[in-house]
Amino acid sequence: MEKRVLFRSTWLPWALLLPQLLIIGIFFFWPAAQAVLQSFQIEDAFGMSTEWVGLENFTNLLDDPTYLNSFLRTALFSVLVAGLGITVSLLLAIFADRIVRAAMLYKTLLIVPYAVAPVIAGVLWMFMFSPSLGVVAHYLGELGYNWNHIMNENQAMALVVLASVWKQISYNFLFFLAGLQSIPKSLIEAASIDGAGPWRRFWNIQLPLLSPTTFFLLVINIVYAFFDTFGIIDAATAGGPGQSTSILVYKVYQDGFKSLDLGSSAAQSVILMIIVVALTVVQFRYVEKKVQY
Amino acid sequence: MVDRRPWITVLSHLVMIVGVLIVAFPLYLAFVASTHTADAIVQSPMPLLPGAHLWENYQAALFGSGKLGSNTNVMHMMWVSFVTAMVITVGKIAISLLSAFAIVYFRFPFKMLCFWAIFLTLMLPVEVRILPTYKVVAELGMLNSYAGLTLPLIASATATFLFRQFFLSVPDELVEAARIDGAGPMRFFKDVLVPLSKTSVAALFVIQFIYGWNQYLWPLLMTTSEDMYPVVIGIKRMLAGGEAAVDWNIVMATAIVAMLPPAAVVMLMQKWFVKGLVDTEK
Repeated sequence: MEKRVLFRSTWLPWALLLPQLLIIGIFFFWPAAQAVLQSFQIEDAFGMSTEWVGLENFTNLLDDPTYLNSFLRTALFSVLVAGLGITVSLLLAIFADRIVRAAMLYKTLLIVPYAVAPVIAGVLWMFMFSPSLGVVAHYLGELGYNWNHIMNENQAMALVVLASVWKQISYNFLFFLAGLQSIPKSLIEAASIDGAGPWRRFWNIQLPLLSPTTFFLLVINIVYAFFDTFGIIDAATAGGPGQSTSILVYKVYQDGFKSLDLGSSAAQSVILMIIVVALTVVQFRYVEKKVQY
Repeated sequence: MVDRRPWITVLSHLVMIVGVLIVAFPLYLAFVASTHTADAIVQSPMPLLPGAHLWENYQAALFGSGKLGSNTNVMHMMWVSFVTAMVITVGKIAISLLSAFAIVYFRFPFKMLCFWAIFLTLMLPVEVRILPTYKVVAELGMLNSYAGLTLPLIASATATFLFRQFFLSVPDELVEAARIDGAGPMRFFKDVLVPLSKTSVAALFVIQFIYGWNQYLWPLLMTTSEDMYPVVIGIKRMLAGGEAAVDWNIVMATAIVAMLPPAAVVMLMQKWFVKGLVDTEK
């Protein structure tokens, strides 16, 4: 992956790279290295003394039922967010692909949630579902379904899943639409001539050809669910009730900044790092195979 | 349109309309809430049609403060958000253009090492390294400053990667032609490469602006002084008084105002944004 024609200079490339290398050195690698270091230590809350404890922070975490619980919750949460998000967006994209008129209008309106900050999305959904003054909560009550996400753990999880899916619809939708539109029309026409109806065409041609896009979005959505949903959770449930919506990244925040348990929080961050790196490597390997320059 | 089945077209429009309604509903509700008095909202159920208090609520939100949890003037918070977003966007784009250019068009020792180092930063969002980054920023004395708000967020290589992929697809003939004309590398960069990159720059502008404007966790941790709060933090803090004490109409008005700049950026630059977003990840 190199250009045939290159410039020669001994100092220029370094000068060009310097700003970026400097910034990522100071604000990325140095903190990341410190996180790894800290995860092997216990520090008291005042930073007065640190003690090297090897893998103890990690073994404590793996033995801790609260942490394992958070792990499972995060897994559940991300599967729900990714699964629902992809399904709904795919549905919208399929129908949007068939429309000629007003397509631009629908697209513009569907893109708006992308611009909304996750924390604001959390505020909006919390407002709609608030047991005391939320419109949706009220009408659910009238239908006989008692909504109180402040008390009910499953409802709290449902709320943050819904808010997170809502926010991601735009992104997924755009990718699916682009994927659908890049399928050569000739393929679809050929299938139609052979007598395949719309459902057959979708299931046997469009869906398989969309699989790189689907896989890509799966990874992106899982990473999104792991990290970008922090604002949603902080605004809608603050990890509650109890710890039921406290996903891994939220726990890192709680343990690090509220409880000041720095070693544990650093160890949790390291575990998260490993997960993200694994996901990104998988995605890069898989996607790069399909791309030619 | 491959076959003539009008009912599918009707169904498609129906599905899209339902989709748009569901997606727009929370936003519509927020808007309606911002046009009523606080009492009208608290009496469940809230009215579903806009009320008559639009101007007073927005004025109170933007300039006054009433009984909110934070007394900061929303206009100031919007300014903080704006500066943060712009610095991150412009900074990232500028640095990345230069880095991608170096990586693609030069041969030098340790080139692959630099490339992988930069690539590695793609993998770890700031949420994973918040604590130690906080420490570094504190040690550098950058807490509660624009530098602290923006620099750690410029430290990821999304833009560099995008530009690299774009540069790799630029035909070699252009470089040769420039060389023949006697242009050096920086001349080539300035007069040929950058103008060609306009769509990518536009798409990245949208993505990074929204990213910077919507930042929550990082500013939450490193700003303690109210006059450095971006507007999204301000909104969340307004909820701190417990549900009954909150002026929901003002909160919603502020939320709508806070959503306007990123929404405007997305809608105005929609074409480039969509193209760039989809091309980025391929």
